[in-house]
Amino acid sequence: MGIRYLTPEFEVVRNDARCIRCQACARQCANEVHRYDADLDMMLSDEMQCVNCQRCVSLCPTNALKIVHSDCRLRENANWDNAHIREVYKQADSGGMLLSSMGNPEPYPVYWDRLLINASQVTNPSIDPLREPMETRVFLGKKPSRIRRGENGELDTTLTPQLELSMPVMFSAMSYGSISYNAHESLARAATELGLYYNTGEGGLHEDFYQYGPHTIVQVASGRFGVHEGYLQAGAAIEIKIGQGAKPGIGGHLPGIKVGADISRTRMIPEGSDAISPAPHHDIYSIEDLRQLVCSLKEATAYTKPVIVKVAAVHNIAAIASGIARSGADIIAIDGFHGGTGAAPTRIRDSVGIPIELALAAVDQRLRDEGIRNNVSLVVGGSIRSSADVVKAVALGADACYVATAALLALGCHLCRTCQTGKCNWGIATQRPELVKRLNPDVGSRRLVNLMTAWNHEIKEILGGMGINSIEALRGNRLMLRGIGLNGKELEILGVSHAGE
Amino acid sequence: MKRVYVNEKWCLGCHLCEYNCAFANSGERDMVKALKGRTIYPRVHIEEDDQISYAVSCRHCTDPLCVKGCIAGALSVKDGTVCIDHNKCVGCFTCILLCPYGAVSPGPDGLALKCELCLENACGAPACAAGCPNQAIVYEER
Amino acid sequence: MLQKEGQVRIPSGCAISAVISTDGTRMTGEKIVESMKPMHERSNGLGGGFAGYGIYPEYKDFFALHIFYDDDACRTDCETYLRSKLEIVREENIPTRKIPQITDEPQIWRYFVTPRHTLLNSMQLDENEFIARIVMHVNTLCDGCHVFSSGKNMGVFKAVGFPEDVGVFYRLEEYGAYAWTAHGRYPTNTPGWWGGAHPFALLDRTVVHNGEISSYDANRRFIEMFGYKCTLMTDTEVITYIMDFLLRKQELTLEEAASVIAAPFWSTIDRKDEAERKKLQYLRTVYPSLLVTGPFSIIVGFEGGLMALNDRLKLRSMVVGEKGDRVFIASEEAAIRAMEPDAENIWAPAGGEPVIVRVKEGAY
Repeated sequence: MGIRYLTPEFEVVRNDARCIRCQACARQCANEVHRYDADLDMMLSDEMQCVNCQRCVSLCPTNALKIVHSDCRLRENANWDNAHIREVYKQADSGGMLLSSMGNPEPYPVYWDRLLINASQVTNPSIDPLREPMETRVFLGKKPSRIRRGENGELDTTLTPQLELSMPVMFSAMSYGSISYNAHESLARAATELGLYYNTGEGGLHEDFYQYGPHTIVQVASGRFGVHEGYLQAGAAIEIKIGQGAKPGIGGHLPGIKVGADISRTRMIPEGSDAISPAPHHDIYSIEDLRQLVCSLKEATAYTKPVIVKVAAVHNIAAIASGIARSGADIIAIDGFHGGTGAAPTRIRDSVGIPIELALAAVDQRLRDEGIRNNVSLVVGGSIRSSADVVKAVALGADACYVATAALLALGCHLCRTCQTGKCNWGIATQRPELVKRLNPDVGSRRLVNLMTAWNHEIKEILGGMGINSIEALRGNRLMLRGIGLNGKELEILGVSHAGE
Repeated sequence: MKRVYVNEKWCLGCHLCEYNCAFANSGERDMVKALKGRTIYPRVHIEEDDQISYAVSCRHCTDPLCVKGCIAGALSVKDGTVCIDHNKCVGCFTCILLCPYGAVSPGPDGLALKCELCLENACGAPACAAGCPNQAIVYEER
Repeated sequence: MLQKEGQVRIPSGCAISAVISTDGTRMTGEKIVESMKPMHERSNGLGGGFAGYGIYPEYKDFFALHIFYDDDACRTDCETYLRSKLEIVREENIPTRKIPQITDEPQIWRYFVTPRHTLLNSMQLDENEFIARIVMHVNTLCDGCHVFSSGKNMGVFKAVGFPEDVGVFYRLEEYGAYAWTAHGRYPTNTPGWWGGAHPFALLDRTVVHNGEISSYDANRRFIEMFGYKCTLMTDTEVITYIMDFLLRKQELTLEEAASVIAAPFWSTIDRKDEAERKKLQYLRTVYPSLLVTGPFSIIVGFEGGLMALNDRLKLRSMVVGEKGDRVFIASEEAAIRAMEPDAENIWAPAGGEPVIVRVKEGAY
């Protein structure tokens, strides 16, 4: 073992006066931090293993536990902070890339928190959603530039395929593999009950979940895992994943250890083999290639399903989105740099991409400037944390939002950001059967339904306060936003005035 | 009638049901005071091996063998719940021998202990179900 | 510094009124001016105006441009531009009456014009689109100039002041129209600019509006994709462009356009029979960004008719009455009684229910 450079990041603080030795902590910690010693009649802790997922804290029946950051720290250095030094030690130990999970945790600006929402006073009445209808139904898809009429002058009401959402939120892509069977089942059942959609991610669709197809978006990513005709037919829409916010420019990576029999069958790859998605789609080296894939997928599904193209928010996102809007895609999904992931190189997660708020504002304005905003719907994610974020995103110009981290939190995730280890104590980002079973989909789906129902109530309340009674009147309604503490350039990109203006 | 049902598929083997049961029947208001440093005598037990685990407690049979066999008349059925009167129990443990589920167990005072659905204690509804972190134990009408 | 229209968004409350003769009988402007008096309190003296239809029968084949100019210099420049695009068959000051209630007037000119046909052909545009683009050009790029009326055989007359004074100022008793609309303004933040008064007009379509729409920026940012420039940042302007877009460019019927801007609730749509449900669902799906929310009552004037419409919650008052061949619409019944004391069948249209009145075919 030699010299131990890395000291425990967390301390397990056990209030022995409260501990009744029930050992729930020991039984529940997949990292094997807690242990009961019968000779000492004491609970012992191996804090090196602790990831601060708080499973033990949540289950301790006498609230005898807390996990705190260790105050054993190196000498203060504003340049070389502890995190950087620890990472150097880790890499000097391993010789490998640093891996992390979930969204970028670095203290970059969160523009949602610098935007304030309007409300009606005097000149215009606010509307009470408990007493008046308040509508959050949204249709995603291409809108025709002209109406057509039949011979007798009646409207031709045929439309290219649209997705109908009961509220402007969908569960975004998380593959079976990166998350568990039970997590997928929870999402699928909740989406169905809510009248929304969840997204398979790039891991294919488990045969048990074809029954939720009408509320499923099936993803086609660069690895093409699990993609076959039946899969494309099964979903309500098809999403081409070009990139994701947590790791723009690189593909997904599921280690072979997680590729058990079920996942092997679903992904159509050999058991135990690493599922490594290529960084680009090797049939898309340019925008005209994207058009061909969009058209191929539409051909394969007889033009019955909208096609979504998902890209990460990168520097020239407006131009990219403009290209996609002319590619035949029906919906553009943009994922900001705060978006989560099951595993990404730390340096990429923390340093690549741009905030979704700026990307959304730039894309919406660019598509309007070019007169092609109607060609596509815009869905944004990474990260939408609350109903207020949803309202702000819609006001900036989004048709709907993708949420994943919030959904995982509803399922129990405590954002310990170690999904890559596969030892998720909450039964979400793991394939170990004894851990997977910790997430009962009856509980999981109900919590997701609760969360979205609560958000929808809040969205309606905020809309009513603005004197708006339908979500479409909020979309792109940037006058309903004001910036706070933003500089002129930020305000210009966001297309909003400063508070007080 | 509402009963306690267990679903082995969702049981995590955390044993919290046992502690919640012991606490609920302790008459104490604080779990630490009730259970700290004591051997617990829960009326629900986790049966487990390396592969599976599940909670066992009284099924409240419609035609309970334990009631039939009780030599002291301590066991009876009230509104479908099999109850035990500790004033009558003589600790012969015939009920433990008769119960096909192993749901009756000896208590600390030499008398038989069994689940009474927490209907008589301060919980008012089974504490094992209320405290189960994964809804492996549910209290419902079927 | 106080900003004027176009630099800042200005919400305002208001009074509206209208009359139309379904027989096409010409009515002078006195009655419509009279109708605004009982609604005096709904205005605050910062804007009033009228639109009359059928007032220029002798020039009915020409677009009548009404333009405000700040000074001679900008007028000269603007006229040079107009002459490069249009044949002007007549140009004159609009006759006004000097009264103490109306002051600080700009130069108010009127031109009867027709597009230069060579230009029209080379640009492959119909004459309406051609004129609309000229109006957009002047209003966005020619400093100090504002085209406030641009239709055929109709005209808008507006000013800063109370509407009843504006009517006297413009000598409306000298015009005969088969339909009149009127507006009194109660803006909450404006120095009072003549161009900001209502009605707002593009081509023959005029809008008078009472309310403050909460969907404004969603509507504006959508409509600006189609060549419209919302220079005044007022609700009325954007509603006018929406109506122009839906009726002229998308060729929807008035009823269909009403189902877009005051769309029925989904719960209502879901209860309709299949054909109606499909149609309404289609319109809401295709034009979600043109749904107008927040309180409004509007009267849209167009060649040969009027349409009145309330927001779908009916958050603003609006009543309709009839007498003989005439139909009256106003914010308050008192306004209708001022025009016709014996008006009958007074009723309040439901929210989102369009009231469409047309002059008999051939009578206008």
